[in-house]
Amino acid sequence: MEKRIRVLVAKPGLDGHDRGAKVVARALRDAGFEVIYTGLRQTPEQITEAALQEDVNVIAMSLLSGAHNTLFPKVVKMIRDKGMNDVLIIGGGVIPDADIPGLKEAGVSAVFTPGTPTGSIIEFIKTNVK
Amino acid sequence: MANESLKAKMADYTAKVEKAAAKNPERQNLAHNRLYTPLDIEGFDYERDLGFPGEYPFTRGVQPTMYRGRFWTMRMYAGFSTAEESNKRYRYLLESGGTGLSCAFDLPTQIGYDSDDAIAEGEIGKVGVAIDTLKDMEILFDQIDLGKVSTSMTINAPAAVLLAMYIAVAEKQGVPADKLNGTIQNDILKEYAARGTYIFPPKPSMRLITNIFEYCSKHVPQWNTISISGYHIREAGSTASQEIAFTIADGIAYVDAAIKAGLNVDDFAGRLSFFWNAHNNVLEEVAKFRASRRVWAKVMKERFGAQSPKSWMLRVHTQTAGSMLTAQQPDNNIVRVALQTAAAVMGGTQSLHTNSKDEALALPTEDSVRIALRTQQIVAYESGLADVVDPLGGSYYVEALTDKIEKECWDYIKKIDDLGGAVEAIEKGYIQKEIQESAYRWQMDVESKQRIIVGVNQFQIKEKTPEGLLRVDAAVGEFQKNKLAKVKAERDNAAVKAKLAALEEACKDESKNLMPVIVDAVKVYASLGEICGVMRKVFGEYEAHVSL
Repeated sequence: MEKRIRVLVAKPGLDGHDRGAKVVARALRDAGFEVIYTGLRQTPEQITEAALQEDVNVIAMSLLSGAHNTLFPKVVKMIRDKGMNDVLIIGGGVIPDADIPGLKEAGVSAVFTPGTPTGSIIEFIKTNVK
Repeated sequence: MANESLKAKMADYTAKVEKAAAKNPERQNLAHNRLYTPLDIEGFDYERDLGFPGEYPFTRGVQPTMYRGRFWTMRMYAGFSTAEESNKRYRYLLESGGTGLSCAFDLPTQIGYDSDDAIAEGEIGKVGVAIDTLKDMEILFDQIDLGKVSTSMTINAPAAVLLAMYIAVAEKQGVPADKLNGTIQNDILKEYAARGTYIFPPKPSMRLITNIFEYCSKHVPQWNTISISGYHIREAGSTASQEIAFTIADGIAYVDAAIKAGLNVDDFAGRLSFFWNAHNNVLEEVAKFRASRRVWAKVMKERFGAQSPKSWMLRVHTQTAGSMLTAQQPDNNIVRVALQTAAAVMGGTQSLHTNSKDEALALPTEDSVRIALRTQQIVAYESGLADVVDPLGGSYYVEALTDKIEKECWDYIKKIDDLGGAVEAIEKGYIQKEIQESAYRWQMDVESKQRIIVGVNQFQIKEKTPEGLLRVDAAVGEFQKNKLAKVKAERDNAAVKAKLAALEEACKDESKNLMPVIVDAVKVYASLGEICGVMRKVFGEYEAHVSL
């Protein structure tokens, strides 16, 4: 049997708006993924630890507070430093278009902004998980 | 009976509808009936259900003349970067005809951390202004007369500290506390349920809130001590009925807690205020506002036995729905905000904040915030909606919908009572689960196109990247840290230590009101992080349990 894709949905930083994160988590679960949601206010260290413990294939981070340029790259670096090179890292939230190239350069594979159908996120994960 | 003839005519009409619908099928899955008639408000009793504006049950509004005497307060939520930058924006808004201030604080401030705390990294000044010490508050309100302006502060877990700072700044300006007008949000229950900026567990949080009720009733009598907020519950995905039901259930919990703490209901109830969301479905929103006033009036009079009519009134600040704004074709948001403004005004709000068109992308620019303020001014001065009190009263549709929303609200209140009240219902995850369920249903409706969002799932265009968005300078963090270091070096550190020790003692003694000791501490420039740190030590921190 094929192993189910495991996704960690995480809220880094101090932002408490988790409507999007919870909707995405639920949609991913309904699409057949195994989903772990970290809850609010996770430090990059905690996210990395959870990803390691749960042996996930994907980390999906959501942020609306504007701290994405600081926190997303930090998570990517910590994950890669732990040798988790196959983990797909994606982000979402209120993120200006102008910031997206920088985030991609830092190793965030895709950034999903408001209005994205959950189906696009599901497709992206299915296509890109190694 | 007149209704018999009407029922017969309804039957004829329905037959006609069938023919018409066979030719042009109606849209499916519409939330409300096709047509409303007197049959939908059978048993309607004008005096019992509506009465007059300014009178129980306040369905038609809390003031006898509503906007004919005075418009609602036009209060634009603002704050970003440093106190210096935000002060400029406040003065700009007041010069542009804004009639009140509404302060947005950054997340470290909202969660009781100083800018030099490691956890604040990347967040300083981003979603609001960073406040570390009284020094920042002095700068924030520089050249703004606190005796004249009314200020709303969106602050919850550390509300007591920010209110103490506000009182201290006013004192420095020579304005006594009993002349201060404004509101602190101070609503922790919705933080656990929907917005996430909590610090302490429910019990000490409720104590802080009732301490504020008591302190203000004696020293800051014109201050609205809480803004019981459905706004964030709606933003988190609830329906209109859930928004007011969960919020009124929270309100019941606060009143219960204050009465348990020994307060007399009529001493504090008149200073409770509410905060609603204004969504796009104009008439449903109007009905929601009207239903909420009727429910609260009944709760206060019948459940709590309040005697003063002021205690029965649900006074409300409104914000247009941020979650309804789209990042796609942001100019469309101007139209959405105008509709939401119309809904809030026809619903009878006392104060309004309109969102700016670019807020699904970033914090608003000065230009976009001006359009948002002008939207309110156009509705006030040009639309005629403010010329008549409760203009939709008597509409079959609006009255039927008001009744329906009221009924759904009571059903939820009953369920929450059965669970042991709002605090219990939140701790059991019931309210969160209901909200999540509605949010998910909404998203699925959008994805299946049962619900059309213009520019998002229909009428899309190829868009160019918007230009000129506001960006908070990355140097803000360093600037703020340096300012804090300077305050810490220059203040009387022995006095700070003594006041913090006094606070710790007071925290441990449940019979003590914490407000006076917090006021003492902020006056010697103890920082927000230091004060909250003491409370964290004694009270502990809340940990959420999420079930998807």
